[in-house]
Amino acid sequence: MHIVICIKQVPDSAQIRVHPVTNTIMRQGVPTIINPYDLFALEEALKLRDAHGGEVTVLSMGPPMAEDALRKALGYGADRAVLLTDRYFAGSDTLATSFALSQAIAKIGETFGTPDIVFTGKQTIDGDTAQVGPGIAQRLDLLQLTYVAKIASIDFAAREIQVERRSEGGTQVLKSRLPCLITMLEGTNEIRRGSLQDAMGAARSHVLKWNAAEAGIEDLTKCGLRGSPTVVKRVFAPTPRAEKAAQIDTAEKTLRDVAEELIAAILARQPALEHELAFNNGA
Amino acid sequence: MSTANPPRPAAGRAGIKKELPERFKDYRHVWVFIELERGQVHPVSFELLGEGRKLADKLGVQLASVVLGPPGEATWYAVAEAFAYGADLVYIVEAPLLADYRNEPFTKAMTDLVDTHKPEILLLGATTLGRDLAGSVATTLQTGLTADCTELDVDADGSLAATRPTFGGSLLCTIYTLNYRPQMATVRPRVMPMPQRADKPVGRVIQHKVSLAEDEIVTKVLSFLPDSQSAEANLAYADVVVAGGLGLGAAENLQLVKNLARTIGAEHGCSRPLVQKGWMPADRQIGQTGKTIRPKLYIAAGISGAIQHRVGVEGADLIVAINTDPNAPIFDFAHIGIVTDAIRFLPALTEAFTRRLSPHSRDKLAS
Repeated sequence: MHIVICIKQVPDSAQIRVHPVTNTIMRQGVPTIINPYDLFALEEALKLRDAHGGEVTVLSMGPPMAEDALRKALGYGADRAVLLTDRYFAGSDTLATSFALSQAIAKIGETFGTPDIVFTGKQTIDGDTAQVGPGIAQRLDLLQLTYVAKIASIDFAAREIQVERRSEGGTQVLKSRLPCLITMLEGTNEIRRGSLQDAMGAARSHVLKWNAAEAGIEDLTKCGLRGSPTVVKRVFAPTPRAEKAAQIDTAEKTLRDVAEELIAAILARQPALEHELAFNNGA
Repeated sequence: MSTANPPRPAAGRAGIKKELPERFKDYRHVWVFIELERGQVHPVSFELLGEGRKLADKLGVQLASVVLGPPGEATWYAVAEAFAYGADLVYIVEAPLLADYRNEPFTKAMTDLVDTHKPEILLLGATTLGRDLAGSVATTLQTGLTADCTELDVDADGSLAATRPTFGGSLLCTIYTLNYRPQMATVRPRVMPMPQRADKPVGRVIQHKVSLAEDEIVTKVLSFLPDSQSAEANLAYADVVVAGGLGLGAAENLQLVKNLARTIGAEHGCSRPLVQKGWMPADRQIGQTGKTIRPKLYIAAGISGAIQHRVGVEGADLIVAINTDPNAPIFDFAHIGIVTDAIRFLPALTEAFTRRLSPHSRDKLAS
């Protein structure tokens, strides 16, 4: 049994600041983390490995520093880590990213055994597109199970899987077949604390670094900027509204008076709300 | 994903020049995917028709809808609704295997339709269904897809300019798909306003057959478990929303938000940090990574108003902000601001609303 999981090293978006004058991202000093959604996928992969045996390979595409994220994943107990890194990948959009990752997964399959499942998180916290998982599935001709909240059952011998998948207004229970690609929803499990042994092993263990050629990628026109149909033309901060909020003065007033004044201000701007609020109140 | 990267100097942007290959030159018209699941059309489809209409008019082309569903009334109801919300024509694929959403048959049907009828723009809702489908359709067609757009426009040369938040909502970026067709984008529910429904006479329907049999589809739907509480759906479509942020200081103070919401018949929500702290479930989160809302009234209590939050509430008709920090960014986009402590103010506001809205209970209090 072999599971491949794709992770991404992302800036901790909670700590990103925008420069007040130049409106550019201030990335300096912003710590990087494993995309939080990917950790749910990683834990799911490790749980399956622990229950059924086999191996978990973690794969990431990114700059050389993304090795840190892979080392952390090894610390949690992954068996092997591959970093796909090459300047040809710079500027990849989701289509180019899914191309490079799918080629690397194919190469991992040839080298270490065909994966039964490819996992990703439901999306990343920097791109937020949720497009790379489906892209990989399509390229590798894998069945695609997105927004999975739970793996209800899995039978590696019979090549069968049942999952609970989040959809609008409810949960779909799906029966499908292996191999497949699964994108995991957040909150589905809790990532284990890596054992001391794993952490020490991770520090010593080797992260395989593959460039495009080593990953078996021959067609470089499908990578990076050249392989990206989407082009980012402009990045900008949202324009502030011309007027600031009309302030309700609170000085020397009771909270009761301020509240009455606010309600009057609300109804002055939106008279229709009076009926609506009263109606909703069931009065 | 470069969608998240700021642009490097222009020299590195090899693809920025528009050189549309010959094979794409007859791609015309704007398409909107009508999301039909278990007999229900998702309202985002109508919101997209409103936006699609504007794009089609600017380009001087037709607005078409795609309806994929099982043979029967519900599917034809979706067709009629597409016309009512502005579609000029509807492509319909009816097949029993399109009853429940599954990636395989929907991707096949959609890519078939695109290859046959060649749209220049294809829009889908950024729902779980829409994102699942859009990702595999774009990859199959080898074209560009821009996720979760907050603004769509057509520029001078007719290209789709798709604007979306980036870096967790800190900045916006405008993305083009210059040299590939169709240009695809997803838009979250409630980002675009709901267009007027017109009782338009039925337009042109083009039926399309998809050559796919149930036994060729591996994935089977065993069952569907509807949410026990429909809170999730209600928040996005509520007319009045009250939300709390970190300024509330402690999880138990969220009760003040819930009390006010209950008093005025509103839905309650929160900003992202509260979900991260585990104070509220993720389906109550408002903002770029949570729900987008467009209520008539939005009351934000103790929310500072990071851009992540802003993009989720900008569509509200009236935004009231309560925050102790006079410099909080929320006062830049709120309509009415009160610089005060939400923990103390919320109970006063709840009481004031109670007095105003329910003379009945006031009488009771007095007696």
